[in-house]
Amino acid sequence: MRGDAEAAGVLRPRTPAEAVRLFQKHKDALPIAGGTDLMVAWNAGGLAGRTFLDVSSLRAWSGIRQAKHALILGSLATHTELQRHPLVLRRFPLLAQACATVGGVQIQNRGTIGGNVANASPAGDTFPPLAVYAATVALVSAGGPRQVPLLEFFTGPKRTCLAPGELVESVRIPLPARPPQRAIFRKVGTRAAQAISKTVAAGLLWLKRDGTVEELRFALGSMAPTVRRLRSAEAFVQGRRLTPAVVREAVALVSDDVAPIDDVRSTAEYRLAVSRNLLLRFLSEPR
Amino acid sequence: MRTRFTVNGKARSFSGSGMKRLLDVLREDLELPGTKEGCGEGECGACTVLLDGQAVVSCLIPIAQVAGRRVATVESLGRPDRLGTLQEAFLAEGAAQCGICTPGMLMTAAAYLRRGGRADDGAIRRELAGNLCRCTGYQHIVSAVQKAARRGSAGRPRKRA
Repeated sequence: MRGDAEAAGVLRPRTPAEAVRLFQKHKDALPIAGGTDLMVAWNAGGLAGRTFLDVSSLRAWSGIRQAKHALILGSLATHTELQRHPLVLRRFPLLAQACATVGGVQIQNRGTIGGNVANASPAGDTFPPLAVYAATVALVSAGGPRQVPLLEFFTGPKRTCLAPGELVESVRIPLPARPPQRAIFRKVGTRAAQAISKTVAAGLLWLKRDGTVEELRFALGSMAPTVRRLRSAEAFVQGRRLTPAVVREAVALVSDDVAPIDDVRSTAEYRLAVSRNLLLRFLSEPR
Repeated sequence: MRTRFTVNGKARSFSGSGMKRLLDVLREDLELPGTKEGCGEGECGACTVLLDGQAVVSCLIPIAQVAGRRVATVESLGRPDRLGTLQEAFLAEGAAQCGICTPGMLMTAAAYLRRGGRADDGAIRRELAGNLCRCTGYQHIVSAVQKAARRGSAGRPRKRA
């Protein structure tokens, strides 16, 4: 049965400063925002006896705002807000698309971007877009603030570099100097909604006037313990024309940067084949 | 811990642990059993209610997070002797069979219609994707929501004559 509600304590800070102070004092407390993952564990009885730090009332951490060189997603911004926000839609459309594939509308209305990254699922659908957009995670604790690149924030499945007493304040995405010529987001799951990805991809491609690759960024989720950028393939195509031979070689390099597994949702072989096909199609696509 | 909020327009309060699920507070403490529990893990949508107008699954919400907010349950859509347009459309289209998913379907559809959602098949299917039904095959449910959308009722109960 679920955890004993009578015995559970809920701390409800009103300001970020109070949240940090409370978390410093109660280091074993579990932060809760939208609760879309944590409450599943609670209902299953896995968190009995724990104290919860409810950050959902921290107004300062809600909303999406533009700073000089970055878009700042407050950690409490929901998947629904992200997929409708005009700046996200215009500058970071892959993130909006990813948010529309997470759970169903009920989950999108509650699930937050801060909770999503702190939860660190290997299958997190927002992570490949955030990885190719070079997002950083802004953290805060009694020791002060710090910023960590998204790819360093994740240290393993459901594991992050969050220190005891540290909370996710926002996710920051630098505004690109110029828009890419090609962009892709693709989630491959059993059905369109409420499915956990077998593989999930995001890609950005900038080409030079002469048709050679200026920069490729391509990230895959559900293909390793954490989201991965395809560094080998990215480096290989840089400065080259995307001829069939070059594309073929890049696609072969996918396995350098991922380590898919067999599990209840799929097989390693299928995951790798589909991921290679997604890169193949993205690079082969005529403008 | 005392939590105050409104349910279907009335001020309510709950005294007890802030981790009790909104679903259980509605059914056990406020005697509103219209909201059903399906999976209890946020996958099926049966327990959908509106929180400040947005469709949410009440099995994943600790009551502490409802403080100061507005909840609407299926009981707000109409009464047995005066059904809302959305409920009437479900009846007319045969959109319910065993009935467990129905309150959640109605509330997700109500949120969609109140936001100005149209009788568009694809949009309705996307919106209802978080609500599972084992009986109907969904077509009747989509037809019912389309019917209510065409009537422009926004899922509210009909006004008294």
